Parts: sequence; C-alpha cells; structure tokens
Amino acid sequence: MQLTIKYFGMLAEATAITEEQLHTESCSVSQLLEKLQHQYPKLSDKDFKVAINQQLVNHNHIITTEAEVALLPPFAGG
Amino acid sequence: MSSFTSRYHRQTILPEIGASGQEKLTASKVLVIGAGGLGCPILQYLVAAGVGTVGIVDFDSVEVSNLHRQVLYGEHSIGKNKALTAKNYLTNLNPEIIIHAYPEKLTPKNAISLFSQYDIIVDGTDNFATRYLVNDACVITNTPLVYGAIFKYEGQVSVFNYQKGPTYRCLFPQPPKAGSVPSCSEIGVLGVLPGIIGSMQANEVLKIILGIGDVLSGKLMMYDSLSAKFSTFSIPRVDAEISKVLAAKADFEAKDYDLFCGIKKSIEIVAKDVFQLEDIQCIDVREAHEQPKIKSLHPICIPLGTLKEQLNMLDTERETIVFCQSGFRSKKAVALLLEQGFKNVSHVKGGAVALYEHEAVKEL
Repeated sequence: MQLTIKYFGMLAEATAITEEQLHTESCSVSQLLEKLQHQYPKLSDKDFKVAINQQLVNHNHIITTEAEVALLPPFAGG
Repeated sequence: MSSFTSRYHRQTILPEIGASGQEKLTASKVLVIGAGGLGCPILQYLVAAGVGTVGIVDFDSVEVSNLHRQVLYGEHSIGKNKALTAKNYLTNLNPEIIIHAYPEKLTPKNAISLFSQYDIIVDGTDNFATRYLVNDACVITNTPLVYGAIFKYEGQVSVFNYQKGPTYRCLFPQPPKAGSVPSCSEIGVLGVLPGIIGSMQANEVLKIILGIGDVLSGKLMMYDSLSAKFSTFSIPRVDAEISKVLAAKADFEAKDYDLFCGIKKSIEIVAKDVFQLEDIQCIDVREAHEQPKIKSLHPICIPLGTLKEQLNMLDTERETIVFCQSGFRSKKAVALLLEQGFKNVSHVKGGAVALYEHEAVKEL
C-alpha cells in the first residue's frame, strides 16, 4: 500500500522534506515510526503526535490501507 | 446613532450578530496571557469588537526586536511593561470597555484566582512551562482555552476545554525534552505569522461568545504560511489526562512548571561538600536495611516509596539534601520535593557510597 507522509515544523527540518510517498506492507504506527527514524535519525529525539487521515491515533494503531500520515510536533512560540 | 451603536455598526448589521450579539460581547470577560506576537493581534481585535472586559497578563517589557511583530508598541514603548503599554494603546482604540493590565508573571499561585474572574482564556505565551500552566489552570477552573502557537513559518490553533472537548494535555500529554523545540528569539519569525495566528485565535473567541459557527474544539488547525495551506486534525478527549490534572488540584499552587518542562533541573551536590553545610535537613530515601549508614549527617530516613505520605515530617523552607545508595532514587525524590513546594533541594552525587568515603576521610 502507499502512504503519504507529511512532516510539520521542526520535523520537516529533521527530514529536509515536507512530504513523501512510501510503499509498505500493513504495519502499526510504531513500526512505521521505527522505519522513518531509521531513515531519518534526527527524528529519534523529536516529540510529536501521529495523525492518520487527519485523526490523531495511538502508536499501536494498525495502518491497513492507503493513508495520509501526518507527524505533528508541539510548537511553543508566540 | 450613539457612539456605541455606530462603533459596532458594521458587525451588528450582520444578521448572526445584531444588537443581542453586541450585548453578549459587552457582557463577556476575556483574559489574554502574553501581550507579544500573538497577544497583540488578539487584544487588538477583541478590544475593537467591544468585548466588555479584557485582561492582559505580561511581566515582560518591550524591546526594539519586538516591534516588527508586536504591533501595539512603538519606539516610545521600549523598556516599558507590555501589559501596561498595551492597555494604554487599547484604551485609545476603544474607551468604552474595561481593560485590566496585570504587569506580573503568571504563576500557579495567581492563576486560579485570575482565571476565575474571566469567561475565556487566550494563550499567547511563548514557552511550554506557561502553556501547561495555562492548560491546567483552565481545567481546574473549567474555563475554555483558545490556543495558538507558532514555529518559523507555521502555526497551530485550537480551542481546548470547551464543552467537554479535549484539553492541551489530550494532544500533548508531556512537554517535549527541554531545548528540543526552539523559540522565536532563537530561530526567528516573520512578523505577519503571529498576526495571522493571533487573529484566528481572536476569531475563535468571538465565535464562542457569539455562539456562531463551528468552534475549533476537538481539532488542531495547522497553517503553513509558505505553502499557504491549512490542515485540520481531529483530537480525541483523553479523560485520564484531564482526571490527572483534577486529581492534583490540591497541589497545583506548589507545582513547578519549569521543572516539569525540564527548564529547571535538580541540583547535584558532591559528597565532600555536604559535610561543609550547616543547618540542613538531610533525607536518606533508601530502604531501612541498606548500608552503609551516614550517621554524622543525622539523616531522616524515609524510603522513596513513602516520601509523599511523610512530607509532614519535613520543613519545606529549610535547605534539604537528599541521598540514596547511588544517586538515582534521590534524583526522583528531589523532583517530588520540588513539586511539593520545597524551595532548596539538592541530591548527592554517588549517594551513600560517596558520602561514606568522605565521612571516613573526615573522621581521620
């Protein structure tokens, strides 16, 4: 299946991209994150939440079909 | 037409608002935390729209580097307190409303009484410690929170704690590691971004007061000013996170949010220095059977697991030194004590093992 991964804020800086396509088998969010952290080591020390198709999900959520995955970090600035 | 009627004419002719909507605005009380990049546009639009009572909390003073985005201030404001200067500007913008300036730092000690006097709180702060403090005080006082935050060219907006919706902690239960998310002063910001995000926050405040449209509750809106794209994400309410805040209500005033966010760290003291200190209370947080004992320090023995229940044995004001066997449990004990309002707490590097060596040396 194909996933669209979207990186926001400092995560886009850590990966140097804002969006990418990824082909993968069905997997959990934590398995996906492991894969992404392996590809982008700078993601490992970042805090963020994950949304699948615009819904915030837990790391044990299983992604089974084509989806949009958004990585959402907290912002502090004001 | 009276000055009141003509001042708000362009908004009261909107059929969804009308005279009754304007009455709702006049009757409402909104507190804005932070009169900086976000606070300036928030305040400007709330005051202009005729929100009856507006409070401004900011202890900071205006610097020349604020002027590119903090549009309530000018050359003459430099060095002056932001809350007072903003009040001055806003009174001229709309003299028909009440504006309260609080030129002080928001703390767990003043937050509850302050928040209780307002209907809606708006977060225009610039750091995680205050954001968690604002969230928790809103949960405790059951007040809606209009949230906004920025990073470089991107911004976030949401409404928390509104009609049983999620809170900030439902989205981000824990603060990120200290220093992992830089601030505007470290990485920069284009002035118009807080202008956009702050204006969106003001818009949510007005929607809540007027009861129009769909309030951004249960949703996080992300805005990327470079691609000019908005994305909205659904946030579920997490009851456990809200219960935790309510359960700790009694300890709220003593909570140290700088410590919680890792801004302040517990102080480590080396063993040989401990013996130089006078008039300290020394706590051994090991289990009763653990050796060696450090008799010369006359420690109060309270195992870590029971520390919270035995705080009445201790003096919060006195300089406190905590040790365990190696320094791991004592670190946890320090965090607990600081949270409970102890003012001056350190833990011993290397614990009893290191203390014992120096105690022996001292006795020689």
